[in-house]
Amino acid sequence: MNGSAQGSCARFAVLALLLAGIVGAYAAGAAEQAVDANGQLTDQGLQARFERITEELRCLVCQNESIADSNADLAVDLRQQVREMLIAGKSNDAIFDFMTNRYGEFVRFSPPLETKTLFIWGAPFAMLLLGGFIVFRIVRHRSRLPLDDEPLPKP
Amino acid sequence: MWKFLLPFAAFVALAVLFAFGLNPSRDIHALPSPLIGKPAPMFTLTDVLDPKRPVSNAALNGQVYVLNVWATWCVACREEHEALLEISQQHAVPIIGLDWKDQRDKARQWLEQLGNPYQAVAFDSDGRAAIDWGVYGAPETYLVDGQGHVIYKYISPLTQQVWVREFLPRIAAARGGGA
Repeated sequence: MNGSAQGSCARFAVLALLLAGIVGAYAAGAAEQAVDANGQLTDQGLQARFERITEELRCLVCQNESIADSNADLAVDLRQQVREMLIAGKSNDAIFDFMTNRYGEFVRFSPPLETKTLFIWGAPFAMLLLGGFIVFRIVRHRSRLPLDDEPLPKP
Repeated sequence: MWKFLLPFAAFVALAVLFAFGLNPSRDIHALPSPLIGKPAPMFTLTDVLDPKRPVSNAALNGQVYVLNVWATWCVACREEHEALLEISQQHAVPIIGLDWKDQRDKARQWLEQLGNPYQAVAFDSDGRAAIDWGVYGAPETYLVDGQGHVIYKYISPLTQQVWVREFLPRIAAARGGGA
């Protein structure tokens, strides 16, 4: 009875040790396991953010491709940089700041809305208003003309 | 009145736009560096010729220096090399090299065969230092003043003319104002 109690106690200790070992190994391996063999982040949420961020960053070598699409060496390096910053728990803003501090605003496909970019963001709406105004003027002018099938006013 | 003025105004606006946009001396791929006026990013790497010797730009603090980014896979860097050698012979400022994503033996061979214009060459094998400097295409050349701020960036192969026109006046100004 006593012996069996001691035995189960020892067994329990061995089990606990084993468990602790597994947890420890898992924690140590977590850093490498964050990226799988295909270079995808294992965390679905992080992978989704990774895809959104790299779509938004311009590859400066090819300039009209995003770093998500480009195979240029620099794009590969920058993707790796984004991946590591995501794993380190950086926010999207922190990652965009990191890139614009080094490569300038041009690195982002959609420039942030601020005083100096007001023209870029506002121009389409200004064009729309201008076009609308011109169409309005033409339509109003034509509506005052006599219809083709109306008899011409007698002189 | 408007019938005459509007097309004329449109013509002037387009002329100004084209004069800027189609200017052949403007390099449309050259981007302004956001680093200008900011502290130079620090790196501590190893010397390309001696893996045991550390190279850091922190050692140059207080000096005006030039950082030249190059690689053996970069064709334009080869084109630039002759001018760099000439410039280094004038001993105006220390020139530090940053060998970007390269192979040590190839870089060593390059420097032995073509001559070494650099005071030291930092070996940036994974491109991390280059990312910190906002490098996107070699060769790129940065000028750092005595306060450790980046004051100029030139993208494209250096030539003697560019050196005299763009670098020397800035070096003189940095020394005149800084010291």
